[in-house]
Amino acid sequence: MKLALPPILIYSLRRLVQAVPVVILIMIGTFLLLKLAPGDTVDALVGDMGGADAQFIERLRVEYGLDQPVWVQLWRYMEKLATFDLGWSFVYEQPVSTVLMDRLGTTLLLMATSLSIAFTVGVALGAIAARRAYSLTDNVISTLGLIFYATPSFFLSLMMMLLFSVKLGWLPVGGIKTIAGFYTGWDHVWDVALHLIMPTAALSLIYLSFYLRLMRSSVLQVADLDFVRTARAKGAGETRLMFHHIMRNALLPVVTLFGLQFSTVLGGSVVVETIFTLPGLGQLAYQSVIQRDMNTLMGIIFLCSIIVVIVNFLTDLLYARLDSRIELA
Amino acid sequence: MKNRLSRLGLAFVGAAALGAPIAANAQEVKTGGTAIVHMISEQRTLNPALRASTGVYNISGKIVEPLIDKSYDGYEPVLATDWSSSEDGLAITVNLREGVKWHDGEDFTCEDVSFTAMNMWKELLNYSSALQANLESVDCPDPLTAVFNYSKPMPLELFVAAMPDLGHPMPKHLYEGTDILKNELNTAPIGTGPFKFVEYERGQYVMAVKNEDYWREGYPYLDRIVWRFIKDKSAAAAALEAGEVHESGFIGVSMADVERLSEDDRFDVGTKGYENNVAHSTVEFNHRNPILADLKVRQAMYHGLDIDYAIDTIMRGFAKPGRGPVPSAGGANYTDDVKTYPYDPELAKQMLDEAGYPVGDDGFRFKLRHRPAPWGEYTQLWAEYFAQAMKEIDIDVEILTNDAPGFLNGVYRDHDFDTANGWHQFRSDPAVSTMVWLRSGQPNGTPWTNQFGWQSDEMDQMIDDAASELDPEKRAEMYHEIQKKAMEELPVIFAIEHPFISVTSKKLMNHHNTPRWNSSSWYDLWLDE
Repeated sequence: MKLALPPILIYSLRRLVQAVPVVILIMIGTFLLLKLAPGDTVDALVGDMGGADAQFIERLRVEYGLDQPVWVQLWRYMEKLATFDLGWSFVYEQPVSTVLMDRLGTTLLLMATSLSIAFTVGVALGAIAARRAYSLTDNVISTLGLIFYATPSFFLSLMMMLLFSVKLGWLPVGGIKTIAGFYTGWDHVWDVALHLIMPTAALSLIYLSFYLRLMRSSVLQVADLDFVRTARAKGAGETRLMFHHIMRNALLPVVTLFGLQFSTVLGGSVVVETIFTLPGLGQLAYQSVIQRDMNTLMGIIFLCSIIVVIVNFLTDLLYARLDSRIELA
Repeated sequence: MKNRLSRLGLAFVGAAALGAPIAANAQEVKTGGTAIVHMISEQRTLNPALRASTGVYNISGKIVEPLIDKSYDGYEPVLATDWSSSEDGLAITVNLREGVKWHDGEDFTCEDVSFTAMNMWKELLNYSSALQANLESVDCPDPLTAVFNYSKPMPLELFVAAMPDLGHPMPKHLYEGTDILKNELNTAPIGTGPFKFVEYERGQYVMAVKNEDYWREGYPYLDRIVWRFIKDKSAAAAALEAGEVHESGFIGVSMADVERLSEDDRFDVGTKGYENNVAHSTVEFNHRNPILADLKVRQAMYHGLDIDYAIDTIMRGFAKPGRGPVPSAGGANYTDDVKTYPYDPELAKQMLDEAGYPVGDDGFRFKLRHRPAPWGEYTQLWAEYFAQAMKEIDIDVEILTNDAPGFLNGVYRDHDFDTANGWHQFRSDPAVSTMVWLRSGQPNGTPWTNQFGWQSDEMDQMIDDAASELDPEKRAEMYHEIQKKAMEELPVIFAIEHPFISVTSKKLMNHHNTPRWNSSSWYDLWLDE
């Protein structure tokens, strides 16, 4: 441990340098891939409007730079990106960075809450189920996990909406706040919290089942290993055994999953955000595809690819911390 | 048979809803409150002088007013007080309302009309740039008189019919000298209407508040209007039921929910208020395909379609059979004295045999690649029904599913289809809407125009003549002739005409009381709560 800092620093720098070509490749690949989709944003716009004449369409294409060859468009885009200018969204008539920042908060709030709940509760339930393997408790937990795992998120969301909003009238149907409620201070916080209960619950229940199932099988596997038997023979209590010996090792695959899922945080949950009309990045991504809003979509992908690179790096660090056999190199 | 009868029953429910009177307001009007309206998609702009679209009007109509609106009693003066045309049809004089102020306090004058007409209506507004192509200038002899000068005769009837949608003046003092398309007011409009724009939160809502200085004394009744964007149709239905939304227009919820909510006495469900927004469900042919270029084949296919069945099952009775390019809401320009093609699969098969397309070894006469438009529930189901009905007369139809840009390119630019279907709105006058369906010579790639490879010099001439005919009676006759010819030659099958459907909370009073209500100003709308 005495030389821990320099290797980490060198390691971090190397990862950073590696990340640049990765992100550039992702952006070029995505740009070309998106250009393969039939139609552009002008077509989508005209579709929304219910028709337009030829001059109108031609003028828009020129204004948006869509009359240029793909290579010119790509070069122009990458040039701007090099200065961290994400361009202009023709759908929102705002700079892409403004559009993204407007949505980032909602998505981060929603995803961070859901993932934390899912991770904590999932790991706990998985550990309990594994310790009481094949008992009634285990069966109940595992069956519930399977049900949530198998339920499509749109169905779960709509059923919750039907029960808690339409029938019981306890929770608002959607949105991030009561429009024209004009709440301030703590009233506003409470209002937003109320609006987030159902989407958070829907998302956590679905994510939770992943952690639960993975944790259960992982604990069962680790519990059979030699070092656990040794520890037990040395007289370690069941609690110490569980927390100190089994869970720490069983967490490795779960952390991998957490890292993977955290990478998708910025993408948000398209389905849940759409159904609950939360103004997040997932909903934005969906709209951008439908409307062929290239710049916004590229902006989201850019942000996501950076997050993926960072989260992968952090996951690797965490790995080394959890399992001292792994070395950073 | 029983099934059929119950469907007829449904059609009857639909018809009853259509004619249902608006709650007579013997009650005293309550003022105040916030009306919340469902919108299914966001709008890129809220400037109705740059974009002619019901999605825009749905919001902008409360903030920006047109010169003329349409009521059930005819055309109604709004910012204009009266209008007249010169003998030769080359000059149209419009008198403007006195004492109208923009939301920023400036006076509304002829300068605004002239500026908007020359810079937006003529240059930038879809549909309008074709309509106003011959507009030379707009003179302002005094601040409240606007004279539109045309280089070719402009029928007054056509001008007036176009104004509710294509006649919104914008404030000159805020647009002059700016890049009109990039002007920030395009998403934060300043108008003269009963409500003032407050904010547009992307992905969430648009809000407008009462204009205290509105020129109609004592109006509006509401304090506020909020448009909420809810993309998911089931979530929108839940919001209606939970009382979080008061109205959903343009079939913003699924047809199953429309049917369910029409039996719920908290809601008014129907097509009233959409007389000006009638659309056709179509079958479009690619005449470049030699099989489809044969008139007999097209006629046989029409005979193979059970239109009444489709109306009852797909549109749940909220529709009528189509009779050519002008719908029955088209007023004097409409006629039902045209050739029709009753459902008769045996006759259809016989006609196909005669046309030289007998059933082949694989059990089919020929194969068609069909592109359905991806918007609206009707178009998907109508495409599926079409494929099924064609199978009955031994034509194999393969459905190619695509999203909006894919559809528009596939059909209108690349012509990569045999048949297609969509829905297409009629906009008050045939000259500014459905004629582009039949007129040849439309630039390649223009959506919703004749990109079907169908060309008739006679039809082109008839369309051009009707567009500049000044006598309304003669003009109507010309449109009847066009309709007849279109039904005989079937360049496109205008199979079904349907207005849109609204689900409205009964708490809203005076709703759907004009033929383009969702686009209108709602100055007399009030909330009973």
